[in-house]
Amino acid sequence: MNIQELWSIFIMQGFAGISLFSVLLLMGLGLALIFGQMGVINMAHGEFMALGAYTTYLCSSLVQDHAPALLPVYFPIAIVLAFILSALLGALVEWGMIRHLYKRPLDTLLATWGLSLILQQTYRSIFGAREVTPTLPEWLMGSFKPTDSIDIPINGVFVLLLAGAVTAGLMVFMFKTAFGLRLRATVQNRLMSGAVGINTKMVDRMAFSIGCGIAGIAGAAFTTIGSTGPDSGSRYIVDAFLVVVFGGAANLLGSLASAFGIAQAQSILEFFLEGTKGKVATLLFIVVVLMFRPQGLFPSKVRS
Amino acid sequence: MTYKNLFKSKAETWSAAALALLVLVVLPLLLPIFRLNLFGKYLTFGFVGVGLVLLWGRCGILSLGQGVFFGLGGYCMAMFLKLEASDPISTKIQSTPGIPDFMDWNQLTSLPWFWVPFKSLPFTMIAVLTIPALVAFIIGWAMFRRRVGGVYFAIITQAIALIISLGIDGNQGLTGGRNGITDLRTLLGWDIRSTSAQYVLYYVSALLLFACILFGRYVVNTRMGRVLMAIRDREDRVRFSGYDVALYRSFIFALAALFAGLGGAMFVLQVGFMSPSLIGIVPSIEMVIFAAVGGRLSVIGAVYGTLIVNLGKTTFSEAFPEMWLFLMGGTFIAVVMFFPNGLAGLTEPGGFLSRQWQRWAPKSLLSVFRSEVEPPSEAASEESLLKGATEGVK
Repeated sequence: MNIQELWSIFIMQGFAGISLFSVLLLMGLGLALIFGQMGVINMAHGEFMALGAYTTYLCSSLVQDHAPALLPVYFPIAIVLAFILSALLGALVEWGMIRHLYKRPLDTLLATWGLSLILQQTYRSIFGAREVTPTLPEWLMGSFKPTDSIDIPINGVFVLLLAGAVTAGLMVFMFKTAFGLRLRATVQNRLMSGAVGINTKMVDRMAFSIGCGIAGIAGAAFTTIGSTGPDSGSRYIVDAFLVVVFGGAANLLGSLASAFGIAQAQSILEFFLEGTKGKVATLLFIVVVLMFRPQGLFPSKVRS
Repeated sequence: MTYKNLFKSKAETWSAAALALLVLVVLPLLLPIFRLNLFGKYLTFGFVGVGLVLLWGRCGILSLGQGVFFGLGGYCMAMFLKLEASDPISTKIQSTPGIPDFMDWNQLTSLPWFWVPFKSLPFTMIAVLTIPALVAFIIGWAMFRRRVGGVYFAIITQAIALIISLGIDGNQGLTGGRNGITDLRTLLGWDIRSTSAQYVLYYVSALLLFACILFGRYVVNTRMGRVLMAIRDREDRVRFSGYDVALYRSFIFALAALFAGLGGAMFVLQVGFMSPSLIGIVPSIEMVIFAAVGGRLSVIGAVYGTLIVNLGKTTFSEAFPEMWLFLMGGTFIAVVMFFPNGLAGLTEPGGFLSRQWQRWAPKSLLSVFRSEVEPPSEAASEESLLKGATEGVK
C-alpha cells in the first residue's frame, strides 16, 4: 500500500465519516438543546429520530403511489414534515410528562426510556420489524470522482450541507432572536427570568419540541445513508449523549467538534480494525477522557 | 444483632418475613422445578436490585451499568464451568483438545492467559467476589473524585455497558462472542442440570440473597448509612463537614457491584449460560426498573419488584409479545411519575393508596410491601441533615 492509496483511503473513510458526523451532529444538536440547556435526559431522542426517518419513508411511499412526478422534489418537503411531526410529538411529551419531572433529572431518564420502549413497539406494530428504505430522488444517488481513486457519494455531501444549515439556523435562533435570548436567560437563571416576565414554561416547551424536531431532521437525513428499523434510533442514543457530554454539555460548538471527532475516529478506525472494534476503541477513548476531564472538551462558563 | 437495630419497625420485619416465607417455603412447594428454576433466575436479578437500592435510593447515584458487574461475576463463573466442560477427553474431536469449543472454531490453539487461572475453583470464587467490586471501585474512584455524579455518571456507566457488551461480542475467540459461554454442565463433577441440583442452587441463591438483604439493611443502619443519605441530600455540606464523599460513594458502588457479581455467578449456575445480552444497555436499565418498581428506598421492596416485573415479563412475553413493551414502557412512566417510591412507597403513610387501604385491609397485609421508607427530601432542612450526619456519632 503506497502513500497515494493510503491517502485515498483516508479521504474516502473520511467522507464515510462525514455522513456519520452529520447524523451524530443533528442528533447531538437536539440533545445539546434538551440535555445541555434544559438538563433533561431524553432517552427517547433516538425514537424521535426514527419518527423523522419513518415520516420520510411514508412521504416517499405516498409520492411513489400517487404522484410519481413529484419524486424529485418530495425530499425537502419530507424533511420539513419530519421536523414538524417530531416537534409536535415533542411538545406533547413535554406537556404530558417532562414538565412534571424537571426537578428530578434522573427520573426523566427512566420515564423517557419507558417512552422509547412504547414508541419502538408502536413503530414495530405499524411498519413491521423489517427495516425500510425510502426511494431517494435521482439527484441524491451516485457519486463524483475528483481523482481516479477517490469516490465521494453525493448523499454524504447533501447530508453534510443539511447538517451545516441546521447548525447555522440553530445558532442564529439561539443567539440572534428574541426567543433565543429568552431561552438563554431561562437556562441561566430561571427565577429571575420569570421575574422579568419571561414565560419560562413556554420557553421549556418550545426548547424541548425544537430539540425533538431537530432529531426528526436527523432521521430524515439518516434515511439517505441507512435503512430504518424500529430500533434504529436507540442504536445512536449512547453516541449522541457522548457527543454532547464530550463536547461540554451546554456548548453548541463543542458538540460540533466532538461529533466530528467521534465520527471520524470511528469511521477511520473501522477500516483498520475489523468488526465493532473501531467503535469500541472510540467509545473507550471518550469514556477515559471523560473520567479525567468530566466537564468535556469545551466547558461553558455559565454558572449552574 | 437484634431485630431492633437491623429492622426499623415491626412492619419491616413482617415484610422481610413474608418474603422469606414466600421464597423459601411457598414457591418451592407450589411450583414445578421448571418454574422454580425461573424464579431462581429472577432472584439472581434481585441481587442487583438490592445493590441498586443502596446505590441509587440511599446514595443518590444512578448507575446504568449494573449489567456489567452482573456479567463480570457471571463470566468468571462461566469460564470456570466451561473449562471443566471442555476437558481433553470430551473435546477430543477438536483440532486442539482441552480448550473451549468456540476457541477451537476460531482457530485458537492455546488457552488465552486470562482464562488459565479459572481452572481453579477457589480462584474463581475469589474472582466472583472481587473482580466486579474492584472494577467498580476503580471506575467510581476515578469519577467521584472529580465530582462526577448524577446525570453524567448515569450516561458514562451506560456507555461502559455498551463498550463491554460490544467488546465481548466482537471477540468471539476469546469470549464466546454473541452466543456467550454456553453448554455448561457440571460443577466439580456435580451435574448442575439435574433436578436435585436445581433445588440446591435455588436455595443457595435465596439464602445468599437474604444475606445480601441483611447486610444491606445493616449498612443502611450504621453510621455510614447515615452519611450516605446525607450525601444524597446535600453533598456539599457533607464534604464541608470533612467527610471523604468520593470514598463513601466508591465504596457503596463497589458493594453494589459485588452483589451484582454474586447474582451473575448464581445466574450462570442456575441457567447454564452467560452472554453479552445480559450486560448491555437494555438489561442494565431493566435492572434499574426492577428496583424502581419495588421501591428505590427499600432493599426488600427491590426484591419484590424484581420478582413481580420478571414474572410479568415472562407471562406477558409468552402470551402477548406485542403488548409486553407497551406494558413495560407504561410501567416505567407510571412508576416514575406517580409512585416514585415504588411498591414500598404505596403503603407509606399518606401515600397514594394507603388511606384507602387502611380502611379495608388488615394491618398485617398492609405491611407486606412496607419497609423503611424515608423519601429523599428535596431540600433537606439543616436540622435533619445535621441529625442525619451526626446521629451515628452519638
